[in-house]
Amino acid sequence: MSDATSTREAGHAVDDAVRHFAPLQQTLIMSRRSVRLTMREVDGLLTSLFLPVMIMLLFVYLFGGAIETPTAQYVDFVLPGVLLMCTGYVAALTATSVTRDMKEGIIDRFRSMGVAGGSVLTGHVASSLVRSCFASVLIVITALLIGFRSDVGALKWLGVAGTLAMFVFGISWLAAVFGLLARTPEGASGFSFAIMFLPYASNGFVPIESMPGWIQGFAANQPVTPVIDTLRGLLHGTPVGSSAWTAAAWCAGITAVSLVLTAWLFRRRTA
Amino acid sequence: MDEAIEAVGVVKSYGAVQVLKGVDLSVRSGSVAALLGPNGAGKTTMVRILATLTTADAGEAAVAGCDVRRERSEVRRRISLTGQYAALDELQTGMENLRMMAGLTGMNGRKAKARSAELLGQFDLEHAADRRVKTYSGGMRRRLDIAAGLVGSPSVIFLDEPTTGLDVRSRHTMWSVVSQLARSGVTVLLTTQYLEEADHLADRVAVLDQGRIVAEGTPAQLKQRVGGHRLDLTTTDHAAFSRLRAELGARAMAADARELTLSVATDGTAAEVRSLLDELDPAHDAIDRFSTHGTSLDDVFIALTGRAAVAGDGGGPASPGGSEREAAHV
Ligand SMILES: Nc1ncnc2c1ncn2[C@@H]1O[C@H](COP(=O)(O)OP(=O)(O)OP(=O)(O)O)[C@@H](O)[C@H]1O
Ligand SMILES: [Mg+2]
Repeated sequence: MSDATSTREAGHAVDDAVRHFAPLQQTLIMSRRSVRLTMREVDGLLTSLFLPVMIMLLFVYLFGGAIETPTAQYVDFVLPGVLLMCTGYVAALTATSVTRDMKEGIIDRFRSMGVAGGSVLTGHVASSLVRSCFASVLIVITALLIGFRSDVGALKWLGVAGTLAMFVFGISWLAAVFGLLARTPEGASGFSFAIMFLPYASNGFVPIESMPGWIQGFAANQPVTPVIDTLRGLLHGTPVGSSAWTAAAWCAGITAVSLVLTAWLFRRRTA
Repeated sequence: MDEAIEAVGVVKSYGAVQVLKGVDLSVRSGSVAALLGPNGAGKTTMVRILATLTTADAGEAAVAGCDVRRERSEVRRRISLTGQYAALDELQTGMENLRMMAGLTGMNGRKAKARSAELLGQFDLEHAADRRVKTYSGGMRRRLDIAAGLVGSPSVIFLDEPTTGLDVRSRHTMWSVVSQLARSGVTVLLTTQYLEEADHLADRVAVLDQGRIVAEGTPAQLKQRVGGHRLDLTTTDHAAFSRLRAELGARAMAADARELTLSVATDGTAAEVRSLLDELDPAHDAIDRFSTHGTSLDDVFIALTGRAAVAGDGGGPASPGGSEREAAHV
């Protein structure tokens, strides 16, 4: 440590040079950190990857025969629902990561180094997107293996990926809000389960018309339904109609509200 | 810039509880200062204010010549904080943790790697560089934690209870780490609950109690105020205890009627102990046995505040826990 003084000067020179890019660089570093932590959290990773496959098989083989759907095969009908349920779950895990960071000393260290709270949270959202991407690919592969077929072009698949990303982005930021509200990681994980149940009350697994009357109103107007309609339209090559706009509006709305709330809650929790 | 840390009248409340009640603190550039205090004294709160992590309700503070409120990001570029609880990712290796921190200070990949390797060497962690922190011992974690604070070569370093929870050997390793830091010319403000630690490491000590600085000075000056050593006397019976207690009056640092023990401040020399014993017990029948100890934090507190240091987590500033201990002691 004898040369601490000379390195200090050097350190500050570097600091000045990158000052304008600092938030960007810091966000990238935070993203890499979150992805790495996710990949090494073996239990969580296995759950996020096996759960989708199990749910897919469960629905298609156990319930599929009993459910009347407009598509020839149940797997064709249910794929968007499973995609949303699982990516939603995976995205909602962001809450746990955020709570853990806030509870431990590391957030103080980051802040004392001038890292913005937004960079830390964005890192977690980025890793959520990566995780969801893995989960989605696995779900589609499983679906293909058990008979799902789609002859739409690459552009429509790109649309599917984009729609999912939009949804995951919104849910991840919403999860960050709950992560900032929760006092313990266990408390935060409750949010993941809550999110998993939204697709049940949508047109993801059964047509809305087959539901009891009182829940139809909710199912038809909740955010998951237009996202599923959009995915279905894209995957089946049928017209997407206005559902894409409704879906985009929901996702943008959830993201915007969550961003405002995270900024406010972060400041409040670190005051 | 002579003072690396300069705080005047810092006040901070959480809800109805005033945690800091006007704290003044100044630390000379390049020196090591210790903030000594029991649980709940407000040490962490003070450090967090100086490290710009929380804002004071009133008062002024400047660190490395920059105002902690108005020049927050300037301050942040010049300090490092190693908090009371480890700020590391358990699932990353030691090397990965350091490279991440180095990257956050703005270094490019190559520089970050070089600086991390250098620090791992300095902190004797080379052999564990590629192991996940999860597998580290408490002492290794603490060292890595401090190393992580140094990647950006800060000029003012805050260490919040750097040795709490460490075994004796790790504590001594930590002490040499801090001494080494001090020699490199940086300013260190550390908090501790141990007088011995403050004595060993710090040029100056400020004693924080219930949100107030109750004493400030060099460790030698502080110990002078409490005698440096404590002579514990066990009296032969109750009558002897009462007589000696009356004779000592305010000189008694502690008295326990049930155990028949009394404590007096002393410099610890044979001459003084002998003359104290002769003075108190000329007939050689009142004192059964005696022993001397280095003064503890408790002794300092009793001497400075007339009240025992409050141990345990429940001891908030407003808690009556202290007076109970006081009754038991005096
Ligand atoms: N964020 C907070 N909200 C409410 N009360 C707080 C908060 N932070 C600290 N306190 C209270 O302020 C008092 C001083 O706390 P502080 O952590 O500064 O003490 P300390 O000297 O660091 O103690 P310790 O040795 O236990 O770390 C305590 O009574 C604590 O309960
Ligand atoms: Mg503390």
